[in-house]
Amino acid sequence: MSTAPALDEKIKTVLRDHGRLNKDAMTLNPDADLYQAGLTSHASVNVMLGLEGLFDIEFPDQMLNRSVFSSVQAIRSALLELGVAA
Amino acid sequence: MQQADRLRVGIDLVQISRIRESIASFGERFAQRLFTPDEIAYASSEEPLAAERFAARFAAKEAALKAFGLSHAGIDWREIEVLRHADGHCSLRLHGKAADLAGAPHDNETALSLSHDGDYAVAIVTAVKAEPTTTHSH
Repeated sequence: MSTAPALDEKIKTVLRDHGRLNKDAMTLNPDADLYQAGLTSHASVNVMLGLEGLFDIEFPDQMLNRSVFSSVQAIRSALLELGVAA
Repeated sequence: MQQADRLRVGIDLVQISRIRESIASFGERFAQRLFTPDEIAYASSEEPLAAERFAARFAAKEAALKAFGLSHAGIDWREIEVLRHADGHCSLRLHGKAADLAGAPHDNETALSLSHDGDYAVAIVTAVKAEPTTTHSH
């Protein structure tokens, strides 16, 4: 079982690879606003697909909204709700 | 309700090369997660044009989310469909939850315009929100 910080690291890795942020994803605070950091609607789709591939999950419709991808912390909460181990 | 309050508009700009990268990174899953079978069939019918067609359609879906104020509603992108007509013009059709939350607008109450040049595709959606069923204008 991984820890919450370990889960955050995995999320940040996906953000680094797919988020096209204007700052270093690996040093983001958990509550930093990803849209302020340059996350576009298209990049958020890439992040979603990256997370789905990494954790073998599918985000349901109700999670396909801006707030779910607004911060590392928000993404972590969504993943935990989907049963990803923390 | 003032006429201006009923008129909605949304715009979105998408970089085509980044859509091409998404297709390369995620394969068919990218298209299947975002687009309806008809949209995929049209966009994929001419491979060199697929990325720009997907880009314009993605821009249309995002523009529609903005126009209808649905960015926080949790909408499946496939519920916002771009229809291409025989004369080449495109229109928008909403399905399921997207249609319900947008007030089930009829086709003639929304308008869509798509354009692309170089590496960018843009879409504008306008819509007229339905009149309230009861008014208290005293």
